[in-house]
Amino acid sequence: MTITDKIPPPAPAAHTTRDGAHWAKPVDRLSAQVVGAGVDSVTGKRVANPLQGFGQMWQKTFRVPLEGSTMSPQEVIVIWKERFATFWPKAGRFYAPLAGIVPGEVALLDISPMPGSPVTLSTGVMVIYADDESFTFISPQGHMFSGWITFSAYRDGDMTVAQVQALERTSDPFDELGLMFGGRRMMETFWRETLGNVARAMGTMEPAVVSEAVCVDKRRQWRQATNVRNSATLRSMRHMLTAPARWITGRS
Amino acid sequence: MNATSVALDRSGPVATMRIAGDITSSSEAELMAAYTQAVDGGAPAIVLDFRGLEYMNSGGIGLLVTLLVRAQRGGIRLLASGLSEHYREILALTRLDEAIEIHEDEAAAIAAVKV
Repeated sequence: MTITDKIPPPAPAAHTTRDGAHWAKPVDRLSAQVVGAGVDSVTGKRVANPLQGFGQMWQKTFRVPLEGSTMSPQEVIVIWKERFATFWPKAGRFYAPLAGIVPGEVALLDISPMPGSPVTLSTGVMVIYADDESFTFISPQGHMFSGWITFSAYRDGDMTVAQVQALERTSDPFDELGLMFGGRRMMETFWRETLGNVARAMGTMEPAVVSEAVCVDKRRQWRQATNVRNSATLRSMRHMLTAPARWITGRS
Repeated sequence: MNATSVALDRSGPVATMRIAGDITSSSEAELMAAYTQAVDGGAPAIVLDFRGLEYMNSGGIGLLVTLLVRAQRGGIRLLASGLSEHYREILALTRLDEAIEIHEDEAAAIAAVKV
């Protein structure tokens, strides 16, 4: 027997990639498992990246230094994941997945697409990435934005900073119009309030949220205008307008 | 975290960006400098060689989107090679595999450009 014979054959290559556990596995169609949501308009949809939207592509960043907080970025992210829904402003509702914010899970959400809108947009997100300092959601077809949004915390000197960063395009021409007519300001307010709520929960008395927007691609992609066929905004609007007819005919 | 390194090679009309280490949002300067150098050198096609990629987070995938946008805007053909199964899955998960040509290795990518 040679020495080589005593050496066991190499085991099949283990998944040694350092980020291996942080990413979700690819799925063709989404499937939501949440409790309490009224409308699941996500199951059966595909995800939509920033290249697949219609409007201008923007990278929007909101950050807040956690002044007066002793929490590390990792501690902030643990709490942010656990209590994500509670940090949302009243303009929206987030229905967390049963398994929590972990890669591969799908959450549902209800948001108002425009200020004062009587329509509630029911859509969702998929958790595509999560580690101990950040987590990322990607939008499904029909969401008013095509892209992803990352929630993170990091150390800046001796202070922890909480950050929300989106890379997105509006999904279709109606969503782009909505953004131009009040939607942009509404989203700005939404994420500022969210970060303010996160900061207060971490012990910051007077959160000072700063924001920055960079236009990554100023072109509108007219070939993606057909995304309108999946529009959650239009579907929600149709649902609202036909409510009296459904009530009369007794259909839900 | 390991630093990002991007080495640039040229094979005829095709430039290859050999990416090694980690790709995160902190890698922007290295990636964009190499891309700009390749474009300034007149390359109509660029292969992103991912054989040396060790780690990528969601910030890193965002940088790939930025590269794809720049390439589309500039009429540059962008191809990927040397992706492990894991990173192929990430491109499938985010549907970026629909926006970038993926080849087994650099030679196959360069051959695809020259056809």
